[in-house]
Amino acid sequence: MAADLAESIIERDEFIVTKGKNKKQLKCDADSSAGCVSQRACVYCGARVVLNPITDAIHLVHGPIGCATYTWDIRGSLSSGAELYRNSFSTDLKEQDIIFGGAKKLAAAIDGLVEKYQAKLVFVYSTCIVGVIGDDLEAICSAASRRHNIEVIPVESSGFIGNKSAGYRAAGDALLRLIKPFESTVVEKNNSINYLGDFNLAGEAWIIQNYLRQMGVELNVTFTGDSHYTALKSAPNARLNIIQCAGSMIYLAGKMEELYQIPYIQISFLGIEDTAASLRNIAAALGEESMIVKAEELIAKETARVENIIKGYRAKLEGKKAAIFVGGGFKAISLIKQFREIGIDVVMIGTQTGRKEEYEIMNELVDDGTVILDDANPAELEKFMMEKGANLLVGGVKERPLAYKLGIAFIDHNHDRKHPLSGFEGAVNFAEEVYSTVCSPVWKSLTSLGMGSGVENHG
Amino acid sequence: MLDCTPKDITERKSGGIINPAKTCQPIGAMYAALGIHKCLPHSHGSQGCCSYHRMHLTRHFRDPVMASTSCFTEGSSVFGGGANLKASIQNVFHIYKPDVMAIHTTCLTETIGDDVSSIIKTAEIAEGKLVIHANTPSYVGSHITGFSNMTKAMVSYLAKSTSPEKKEQANIIPGFVNPGDMREIKRLVESMGIEYIMFPDTSGVVDSPMTGEFEMYPEGGTTVEQLQDTGNSQITLALGRFASSDPADLLNKDYKVPVATLKTPIGIKATDALLMTLRNSFAREIPKELEIERGQLVDIMTDTHFHFHGKTVAIFGDPDIVTGITEFVLSLGMVPLHVLTGTPGGSSSSAAGSFEDDINGMLKGAGIEANVKSAGDLFTLHQWIKNQPVDLLIGNTYGKYIARAEDVPFMRVGFPILDRSVHSYLPIVGYRGGMRLIEMISNALLDRADRDAKDEDFELVM
Repeated sequence: MAADLAESIIERDEFIVTKGKNKKQLKCDADSSAGCVSQRACVYCGARVVLNPITDAIHLVHGPIGCATYTWDIRGSLSSGAELYRNSFSTDLKEQDIIFGGAKKLAAAIDGLVEKYQAKLVFVYSTCIVGVIGDDLEAICSAASRRHNIEVIPVESSGFIGNKSAGYRAAGDALLRLIKPFESTVVEKNNSINYLGDFNLAGEAWIIQNYLRQMGVELNVTFTGDSHYTALKSAPNARLNIIQCAGSMIYLAGKMEELYQIPYIQISFLGIEDTAASLRNIAAALGEESMIVKAEELIAKETARVENIIKGYRAKLEGKKAAIFVGGGFKAISLIKQFREIGIDVVMIGTQTGRKEEYEIMNELVDDGTVILDDANPAELEKFMMEKGANLLVGGVKERPLAYKLGIAFIDHNHDRKHPLSGFEGAVNFAEEVYSTVCSPVWKSLTSLGMGSGVENHG
Repeated sequence: MLDCTPKDITERKSGGIINPAKTCQPIGAMYAALGIHKCLPHSHGSQGCCSYHRMHLTRHFRDPVMASTSCFTEGSSVFGGGANLKASIQNVFHIYKPDVMAIHTTCLTETIGDDVSSIIKTAEIAEGKLVIHANTPSYVGSHITGFSNMTKAMVSYLAKSTSPEKKEQANIIPGFVNPGDMREIKRLVESMGIEYIMFPDTSGVVDSPMTGEFEMYPEGGTTVEQLQDTGNSQITLALGRFASSDPADLLNKDYKVPVATLKTPIGIKATDALLMTLRNSFAREIPKELEIERGQLVDIMTDTHFHFHGKTVAIFGDPDIVTGITEFVLSLGMVPLHVLTGTPGGSSSSAAGSFEDDINGMLKGAGIEANVKSAGDLFTLHQWIKNQPVDLLIGNTYGKYIARAEDVPFMRVGFPILDRSVHSYLPIVGYRGGMRLIEMISNALLDRADRDAKDEDFELVM
């Protein structure tokens, strides 16, 4: 691979920097080049992952079957109520629909589904082909909305109009339509907050809700983990928005500030340090003395509870090296700090869709020599992980087998996470997961008979 | 509650799908292309398609799946994707250096009308490198159709006939099966002492061993030389009509290679048919080793038939696999009540017949009346099961919602399996595969019997 790679690296030179070595600015937020083996997804994917956790909605994909199949219940978002979102609905467009248009079929599909499931909310996702055959989604949806007296919201997510970030924006627009108060409704502000950018993977939003409750903070609605129609409708009433996953939610937060005068702060519940800081920031932003006191109590209590456990893992993990390749920049930043808590240095860090400001912060946080890269391909991930001697990769579905093949431990910090990784509990789970993969005895089998020079025991 | 399916069956007018039992053509094409040695599949369309297919295949095989994409943007979909595809061809050979680039289309590029074969003809392709393509519109057929179309492209682009005399070798098209199945079929053919070319062959690609290195192009896959030589073979065995008969027919049309279209060799009868066809075509004896395996499978079937007799079963998945499993469970005395595939099943009027005819024919022979449907979805299957419960559900991972809702034992077979491992390494084909299926069926049924037995009925020996 090494020789082959040399050239590919030249092509992508602008997208990769090594801290301390080069003064140049990392290039990011650009389109991937044609013919690349990119780890990136499309607009529909971005829109779907943001909206999918809304539990009582019909998520209807208007297009050929594939887009619906690949997104059927893949997110791992948990629900405390409705489970309708875990079904897969598609108009399953066929050749004649492509020729004559899919409008009739879509209208009939909405009618059939609304009748079956009595939902108050339907999202209709546009796929690549809909953008080309020109079905008037807006008109079909508003007609259906009037017919059934429910909300039928089109999501403009044709795959080719951009990358995943464009999908976040499309989802943001759909959410803005959803939360727009009816004309007769007067927005009555209350003391609650909205929590943006937590999709309740493995129940993470529930952990944060619990903290907020202990601080006396009333949570209005979470975007979008374990949310439902009625709760989302009340979103404009909140007095503050807090944002976890900034990549997907910053647009929505900006709009909500503009339209409903809700200020926002960015927080992060990944790792002890960021969790504690975030709870303090929320209390400070709300400005109530009792909340500030309770936040400190909670932080003291929880830190005392988990500190020693984390220390135990730290002793076992000190000196190991991690590589990070995740979707957004904000998560990457938190992960650097979280790894520091358990004694691990980050030697390579990259994202699919990180923004310039985020890469700047990453650059500040990491040590000299760390490789920072945008929209990496598998060969690059391999090269830098091996070169830097990474013991562990944090990534998503497609990166997992790559890491394993290289004898490198792996953690899914994406849809496939198995334990909640948020808050103080999450910090313990994270350390436990890192330990269980990095120090697994399976890596010892690699050096055994028949493996030739084989793999060093990276664990 | 996770179960959102109503029991009452009402007419569904929209033609839409609830809980699909199929996916789109391009992923099948990508999987087939992985079965060519040193080939990089290329998805001509938006970035998301390629990402989804790689993700889905990665989850099923738990191995890296490499493929490139044309990365469509708004501009390319307005002005056509020719420029993107030409740039892709340049970049792929320059950066990733495969021997073959296998392009498949997507619904987007089919609809905007990109003429891929002309684009390839006018593209600069480096000496000694090959580009093939298949049209795989997502709005026609299913992933099985896509697999068949890409396998057909291997024939149309690469196969040759270099002499009027045919070689004493067989082409074997295994269909959309796991690499473990491909290995088993190859073992059967090898033990008969017959030369063969299997294509596509994903063994050694998506079940490659851990070596501590990431190989962009693992050792497996049918070589270009082998694909070129398929026009010289004496016969083509198309295993599984839906995935394999089109490429076999094309070899026959272009190079006069006779075709034997057989069922995917699941169970005694279909495995017998495969071996007998080989024996008759090449005048070989069935080796003792295979006679023994067959005898062992029959022995197991007789030893355990009382566990299976009269047990009702629902089967869903890809048409060739479902056909094979249906035949096998019938041979065990089980009663299929619901048989469904998401793939459009062909028409009775066509030369090949239809899925529904095939299944109904087998059921009729056993005196069983059942719900049988092609181009169905899992909503329909679930409704059938609610109205007529079964003792066992057989199908891919997506069946787990139904199994849970109806509390039915569930046996995972087919594609995709996203929640268990090892399935892609071990066969369900051949006599050995038959043994494995029996083990899986008994474990599912008897674990349930143990779980449900009252203390007084709980038995040590079963």
